Amino acid sequence: MSEDEELPDLDGGAARSINSTAVSGGGGDQNYVSPSPDQVLENVLENVLYFLTSRHDRNAASLVCKSWFRAEALTRSELFIGNCYSVSPGRVTNRFKQIKAIAIKGKPRFSDFSLLPPDWGAHFANWLRAMAASYRALEKVYLKRMCVTDEDLAITAHSFPFLKELVFVCCEGFGTDGLAIIARECRHIRVLELVDTDVTDDEVDWISCFPDNVTCLESLIFDCVETPINFEALERLVARSPSLKKLRLNSYISIRQLYRLMIRAPQLTHLGTGSFNTSEIVAQSEQEPDYLSAFAACKSLICLSGFKEIIPEYLSAIYPVCGILTSLNLSYANISAEQLKPVIRQCHKLQTFWALDSIGDEGLQAVSVACKDLRELRVFPVEALEDVEGPVSEVGLLTISEGCRKLQSILYFCQRMTNAAVIAMSKNCPDLVVFRLCIMGRHRPDHVTGEPMDEGFGAIVENCKKLTRLAVSGLLTDRVFKYIGQYGKLLRTLSVAFAGDSDLGLKYLLEGCPKLQKLEIRDCPFGDSALFAGLHHYYDMRFMWLSSCKVTRQGCEEVARQLPGLVVEVIASGEEENETNEYVDTMYLYRSLDRPRPDAPRFVHIL
Amino acid sequence: MDMISKEHKKEKLGFEETELRLGLPGGGGIVNGDLVINGKRGYTETVDLKLNLALKETGKEENSQKEKNLISCSNDSIKSPYKAQVVGWPPVRSFRKSIMAVQKRNSEGGGAAASFVKVSMDGAPYLRKVDLNMYKSYQDLYGALGKMFSSFTMGKCDSRGMMDFMNERKLMDVLNGSDFVPTYEDKDGDWMLVGDVPWEIFVGSCKRLRIMKGTEAIGLAPRAMEKCKNRS
Repeated sequence: MSEDEELPDLDGGAARSINSTAVSGGGGDQNYVSPSPDQVLENVLENVLYFLTSRHDRNAASLVCKSWFRAEALTRSELFIGNCYSVSPGRVTNRFKQIKAIAIKGKPRFSDFSLLPPDWGAHFANWLRAMAASYRALEKVYLKRMCVTDEDLAITAHSFPFLKELVFVCCEGFGTDGLAIIARECRHIRVLELVDTDVTDDEVDWISCFPDNVTCLESLIFDCVETPINFEALERLVARSPSLKKLRLNSYISIRQLYRLMIRAPQLTHLGTGSFNTSEIVAQSEQEPDYLSAFAACKSLICLSGFKEIIPEYLSAIYPVCGILTSLNLSYANISAEQLKPVIRQCHKLQTFWALDSIGDEGLQAVSVACKDLRELRVFPVEALEDVEGPVSEVGLLTISEGCRKLQSILYFCQRMTNAAVIAMSKNCPDLVVFRLCIMGRHRPDHVTGEPMDEGFGAIVENCKKLTRLAVSGLLTDRVFKYIGQYGKLLRTLSVAFAGDSDLGLKYLLEGCPKLQKLEIRDCPFGDSALFAGLHHYYDMRFMWLSSCKVTRQGCEEVARQLPGLVVEVIASGEEENETNEYVDTMYLYRSLDRPRPDAPRFVHIL
Repeated sequence: MDMISKEHKKEKLGFEETELRLGLPGGGGIVNGDLVINGKRGYTETVDLKLNLALKETGKEENSQKEKNLISCSNDSIKSPYKAQVVGWPPVRSFRKSIMAVQKRNSEGGGAAASFVKVSMDGAPYLRKVDLNMYKSYQDLYGALGKMFSSFTMGKCDSRGMMDFMNERKLMDVLNGSDFVPTYEDKDGDWMLVGDVPWEIFVGSCKRLRIMKGTEAIGLAPRAMEKCKNRS
């Protein structure tokens, strides 16, 4: 469901030839909306449209004329709603009648970092009501940053008897009660995935709720669910799920239990190992299972994660699969470079690697030597604090750039960085599509030269011609935004915090980046005049978020006045009603085809 | 070293001068005055009084004066060396942070088991869990509970009593009388008032927490007193 791919344009040639056929055959202008549609035209279109799967292509096709609009609406089966408030559920169900798969995204990303009050919205219930009435054949539901209740899950299970896939990413609001309903009632469920989602412990054994017969489960992901699991029930479930390919366990599963599951499911391609720890004290004499052979039996295992409470000595058990792994997520494993090296040096095929900064620059060096095919790297901090000594630095970044030339995506948390290393990466890794650097100390300059980090990020936008996503940090002046505006022509997503000197910064961005879709900014000195600089562009954006900046309420009102198709939300931090604050706490604006949402809570003012 | 950053900070200070902010509840805001607070507090950590903190490098007179005022009126028991931080920074998701905290504690404490107990609050839509081993005192715990449940009370309940609950300086006043009362179920299955027994004993015997409406907790006090008497 990634929307960052480059998609081909609709073939204009085919469109033209179809139109000319229609004109000669049907008589009259094909733009004329006749009470009864031109059946010939629509049949042709339906046969062409059937092959159009990408939503960008379909959006283009639907704009050609009303016939095409209608035909496209009848034949679209996958729906992507990037902002749940950009369009009303009713409008969607009126237009599209045959939806089998839907993806809905709710809250803005900064809600992950407690910058949005809870109860802001993004309630799945609103969409569910409309979908339940119109899309009985629905098979796939993907929700990101939505609020879902147990009742919603019950309604989902009852309304969509053919439901096959249910995926929740960064969601909240339901518990194991809801999971039990899904397990019990969704007879055709193949994919049930909970990713980074908050699930409350209602003390329900939901694993036991799956039907007793052979299941069609292909993917069961619950590593984020922090509740105890009935292990025996899980073991039986795995045993009667011959199609299971993806299994990600939570930290309540010990390594011994993992072993028992693995020997029942050697066909797994994706495994989340749970705690990778022993839950009880094992007597010295008691024999440990042969973990190595369990891994050796998994001939198709390409994606490994988990290790939530790892005992590093057990890590060597994964050696047998290192040579085939394309994805390894050690981002919960607090291990040292020395503990990493024997593993990583065998991972020749690794394309995705997530780790903690505990591996240090030295661990990254080992990665750069071994993983020549690396496409994605994420380095998370063990201590997410400012003003601590970080174990990774510009040294690690530089060595990765030198060894992993095919790098496309990087997320790197560190305490110190230099422009030189970032510039080097911009030149060594020209394929970069995503560059997210988080220097954790706010306003921290290049620690060698004392300069702002403008030049480093400037080099990234200038040299990485495919860049679509960027996150900046460290000491930054307006100059970096000038560079971004100048070179970031493909930039779609930008994340800015504690940066810039004046309104110019934001102006450069809004005037310079034509493809900018998602702009999230916090704690920058950008004010109203910068806000107005984007009036020509806001309708083309998914959203813009400004918190703790210098925009006034009047400024926001002016934007709302000039752009009636925009919803401008002013979100208060909640605890006081007085208006003495000169600047708004948070402004969140997004385009919308319909009237502003009716479910806005008290602290949200829609202008 | 950095004139740029100094000027930068000065400019930032300009628009925040009129705002007052308090440090994190349960932690100290301004212990050694080292760290800079520029960003706003999120509402999970704001209380009714917000006191601004001085920037170490600007040397602005009025700000250091404010800082002195802050120290003089802040709760004396906030002595922890916890450095105040800005909400949501660094941008690491909370579940990632909490897992690392658990692991760190486990590795340092020689594998002491986490002591998770469920916390429910009357009127809140769902439960939370806390690891009692993460806190060293009742004060710490109240601070964490306040943060955790402020999300249910902010925007839902305007009553002064609720706001006082979140302001941990007045927490003890709240516990002594008004709206919400933290209670816990102990090993024997009895419901007790939090705070009656020494902290270590509490951690050892607490099975779950419930933050009750004050009116419902009335019957508890006598039983709690009896138990204490029986123990000693």
